[in-house]
Amino acid sequence: MPGTSPATRSYNRRLFHSRIFRLAVIYLCLFTASVLGLLGFIYWSATESVTRQIDSTINAEITGLAEQFNQRGLIGLVQAIERRAGTAGASRGLYILADESFEPIAGNLSRWPDEPPDSEGWITFRLEYPDDTGSSTNFGRARIFDLGPRFHLLVGHDIEERSRIAASIRGTLIWGVVIAIGVSLVGGILMSRSLLKQIDSINETSREIMAGDLSRRIPIGNRGDEIDEVAGNLNAMLDQIERLLAGMSEISDNIAHDLRTPISRLRTGLESALIGYADPEDYRDAIRSAIEEADNTLKTFNALLNIAQAEAGATQAQFEPLELQALLQDVGELYEPLAEEQGIQLKQDLTSDIVLKGDRNLLFQAVANLTDNALKFATADSCVTLTLRHETASGAGSKNAEIIVTDQGPGIPEADRERVLERFHRLEASRSTPGNGLGLSLVSAVAKLHGGALRLEDNAPGLRAVLSLPLS
Amino acid sequence: MRILIIEDDSETAAYVSKGLGEKGYLVDIAHNGKEGLVRAIGEDYDLAIVDRMLPELDGLSIVETLRKAEKDTPIIFLSALGGVNDRVKGLRSGGDDYLVKPFAFSELLARVEALLRRPASRVVETSLRVADLEMDLLARQVKRAGQMIELQPREFRLLEYLMRHAEQVVTRTMLLENVWDYHFDPQTNVIDVHISRLRQKIDKNFEPALLHTIRGAGYSLRDPD
Repeated sequence: MPGTSPATRSYNRRLFHSRIFRLAVIYLCLFTASVLGLLGFIYWSATESVTRQIDSTINAEITGLAEQFNQRGLIGLVQAIERRAGTAGASRGLYILADESFEPIAGNLSRWPDEPPDSEGWITFRLEYPDDTGSSTNFGRARIFDLGPRFHLLVGHDIEERSRIAASIRGTLIWGVVIAIGVSLVGGILMSRSLLKQIDSINETSREIMAGDLSRRIPIGNRGDEIDEVAGNLNAMLDQIERLLAGMSEISDNIAHDLRTPISRLRTGLESALIGYADPEDYRDAIRSAIEEADNTLKTFNALLNIAQAEAGATQAQFEPLELQALLQDVGELYEPLAEEQGIQLKQDLTSDIVLKGDRNLLFQAVANLTDNALKFATADSCVTLTLRHETASGAGSKNAEIIVTDQGPGIPEADRERVLERFHRLEASRSTPGNGLGLSLVSAVAKLHGGALRLEDNAPGLRAVLSLPLS
Repeated sequence: MRILIIEDDSETAAYVSKGLGEKGYLVDIAHNGKEGLVRAIGEDYDLAIVDRMLPELDGLSIVETLRKAEKDTPIIFLSALGGVNDRVKGLRSGGDDYLVKPFAFSELLARVEALLRRPASRVVETSLRVADLEMDLLARQVKRAGQMIELQPREFRLLEYLMRHAEQVVTRTMLLENVWDYHFDPQTNVIDVHISRLRQKIDKNFEPALLHTIRGAGYSLRDPD
């Protein structure tokens, strides 16, 4: 096609290579074959029945004429033939009576046909009619019958009618197939185009995403069909991938930011040891502090890994029924001496008896982190409380277990409460206290792993951390 | 005491083997899983240190096979796989302890000694004794120089663990795992406070001090004589 752009050509090429188009073509072939088979059968049985009818008419006439010849001799036969030939115009009966050299004696055909008859005397031959428009060629079917040794009789029928029926059936057949092919082709192209368009939009989006634009999403139509469903699922998958990637890049940012510092400190320490100290004991000190630095770095790594594992939900297989009361008592008992040493009162209100399916070690770690934090920021002579209680979520009626840790320290300003849950985030005020800034992120990740959430609230004064875990 | 190390990283193997050698252990090294399994089954070792990820046969399979063959050689897993799940898998397969790489040699040594000191027989001890410190496990009483010492239940368990591992170094992680029965990383040294409380009770009014802090490693309960 002149004037078609290469893009259109490639689109057409893809259209004809598309699966739906191929399916349409295969379907079309099967359909055409069955239509051909059906029409062929109709054609065959129609012509066959017309032929049989003609043959039986011819046989009856021959019998009749043979009787005339037997009863009334040649004269009677000639008369009968002339009579019949005369009225034959409408019904197209064909008659010739010929002598032994096949010269016509009577009948409505000008000459004996040249075509050879078959073994039973049947013959199909060309007829030439004088016609209004000149002459037309028809075909005749006839049977030859010998009347004694001297006369030959041919009785036949013009089979123009049969040919007409056959031709009309053939015409129907050809047109039917042509129309079927045409309709299927157009339908196939239209269906392929509409499907191809939807698939193209998926492909285009995928290419854009591969090129780096992760925010792209596949447009979803409003038909609600399978393609829309596929698109919806792909979009949901992309959302998940984007979230995970964002998490990954956040982790690597954080690692770059927060692990570089201790590692460079470690390096500096080792380097200055390499330059040399006067006192051998100084070397030991340098090595010791290097090991300590490395240990801290490892601890941070482990904490990060724990968070990543909890967030990936990989440890859910480890869930077992836990008595929260006992678990919290263990935390309280572990931290009680530390609190006492700091002059802080650690109050425990663990009267609720709650059993929850969860990861024992991770939950312990989470509550320990909250308690640790509370003790770290609590002022002397203040009070830290550890509470376990049932909580019925408003409306939904679903029950939660709430583990609440409160302190009377400086608290966290409302604006910062979201941010402290992020990895490595430490408020300026707390930079001087020990810790890696991962404690609350881990608690939050553990809460999510158990289907719950960590809320930070104002304890006026201080912080009230609520670890809310669904019970079902 | 013979120890088998199954570890494909030759540097780690050499480091562990050197350290244990200095402490007087006879150490053999197997560099792949198959060799390790053959040696562990064919020879009698007092302890095996097994890496989890090994060429030819992984550590978990080695230990499972050993246990099926009714070899009860104590086994410490040494692995870079440090998730809680990995730990549980290791212990379920029949390992006795699980240490995550990278590790401090002092931690490994403490665990090796703890396992080797485990009583071979199942004789139930009813009392423990270190110098003049006595613990009656049935009456749950502790006396030092004949003087009764009041202990909280957890302090009792802490002291019991230290006394069972007397003369050895016991790390903070070992205490958390064995006395508190939780596996987690405390952000602060909560254990230290428990130790100093215990020290107040058993050492303050007595001579000599029995509970020592081993810098960079942990604690040790020992008779200085």
